[in-house]
Amino acid sequence: MYRTTNILESNTQSSSLGETGYMVINVGPQHPATHGVLHLVITLSGETIINVEPHLGYIHRSIEKMCESLTYRQFIYTTSRMDYLSSHINNHCCALSVEKGLQIEIPDRAKYIRIILDELTRLASHQLWWGAMAMDIGAITPFFYAFREREMINDIMEETCGARLTMNYMVPGGVMFDLHANFQKRVKEFIAFFKTKIDEYDEILTGNVIFQNRMKGVGILSKEDAISYGCTGPTARGSGVNCDVRKLYPYEIYNNIQFDEITATGCDSFARYEVRMKEMMQSLSIVEQLIDNIPEGDFQAKTKAVLKLPKGEFYTRVETARGEFGVYIVSEGATTPYRIKFRSPGFSNLSALNHMAKGSKIGDLVAIMGSIDLVIPDIDR
Amino acid sequence: MFLKKYISEIWRAVKSLLKGMKLTGYYFTHHKEIITQNYPEVKQPLPERFRGEVVLIHDENNEHACTGCTACELACPNGTIKIITKFDVSAEGKKKKALDTFVYHLELCTMCNLCIEACPTSAIKMAQNFEHSVFNRNDLTKKLNKPGSKIREGVE
Repeated sequence: MYRTTNILESNTQSSSLGETGYMVINVGPQHPATHGVLHLVITLSGETIINVEPHLGYIHRSIEKMCESLTYRQFIYTTSRMDYLSSHINNHCCALSVEKGLQIEIPDRAKYIRIILDELTRLASHQLWWGAMAMDIGAITPFFYAFREREMINDIMEETCGARLTMNYMVPGGVMFDLHANFQKRVKEFIAFFKTKIDEYDEILTGNVIFQNRMKGVGILSKEDAISYGCTGPTARGSGVNCDVRKLYPYEIYNNIQFDEITATGCDSFARYEVRMKEMMQSLSIVEQLIDNIPEGDFQAKTKAVLKLPKGEFYTRVETARGEFGVYIVSEGATTPYRIKFRSPGFSNLSALNHMAKGSKIGDLVAIMGSIDLVIPDIDR
Repeated sequence: MFLKKYISEIWRAVKSLLKGMKLTGYYFTHHKEIITQNYPEVKQPLPERFRGEVVLIHDENNEHACTGCTACELACPNGTIKIITKFDVSAEGKKKKALDTFVYHLELCTMCNLCIEACPTSAIKMAQNFEHSVFNRNDLTKKLNKPGSKIREGVE
């Protein structure tokens, strides 16, 4: 058995358990496997994880407080900086909540554009997750394959929205510009290209025995625990929870679209992996359904130059690539919100990490973290 | 029974590994599908909507369309733009508000495009230049109106 030295024993005082015989290891805040500045204090007994304690606050920018001094048009751009991989969907939620307060109906064309771009963002996010998770586990090649396809989506975004990552394309009342003339052509090209490449994903990683052995039976999160920790998105759906906001509380035109809510019952890391892989195909089919049927018309409803929300509280939620994202606005009738609260999926998904990792080996921690798909700015805000 | 399972698992593992190796081998031998590019030497053309920096549009007569109304300054979430106005005295002796200096703090700009949307006379636009690194931070504070430029006739 592993015996701690005197030097390490003094470190155990920082453990929340405070028992001797355990070793405390700090992972992060500057560690490539944590995908950002997440600091994990891990208590180990030999190689077995006893406790994982996330320390947050390294990338706190007080976005909620900042938003209180910004107008309803201006605050939307800050949410791109939270979950930067699903920035479109975050912006969408903000625009929806402002529209809910103003009680304006947006044109059909804007709704279609929004949904198509949402699903493309989800695809790009899942592609990056796939590559990054494979790299966490030790397979470097899939990272480049994932970025090859993601690059095409980024180019489409760049052409239509003007930016690759932090678009700020959704505005209250619709979208900022009309679609670019090449948009439909390029999206169709991408769909055709991606359909030939999705098999490669399964070929190189999903079927690999080493990968499967590292994912199956690791990071167990039961259905009850997923609900009690407030997990959403693929993390909860991998445990069999029906929590897709697009199905439960359909916004925009999601109730007219044919798509399946993907759930798996494996409750382990591999189940969460499978959910995301199948979600990619669902997103692709949603884009396929809509891309030929974008109605003509305005892309933006007429709004006043200065937006003033009536007194009251407005909450909207959307499904981002990581789970349920909510925007809660308290308005006092002024041009700026009185209080804004963001419900981000990453924070509650991270809270279940300790439960998942307890009892497993330290090498599995990275695989579990990869399967939750953490984005640290989303957790800290 | 145990041995049979053991051997079949090894067989399955080798098969799956070879399958993955086949794919990587394909890309190793097909150089045409290389996805990277030599950035500083080869530059891809950027789309026209790409947001690199804010510029004030000047025509060939060194005239712009900015009236100094400060709509962009109010629309900016970060205080990136500062409009300094002056009073032009016309031939009849009437005072008229005009742009003196269009100060643009590039280091604060998040390229959110809200100033462009707010401008009533379409005097500013986003330009494609994205290579902004400088050695001195003060170089990032720019004066957008060119020296000697004035407002175009007829723009109110």
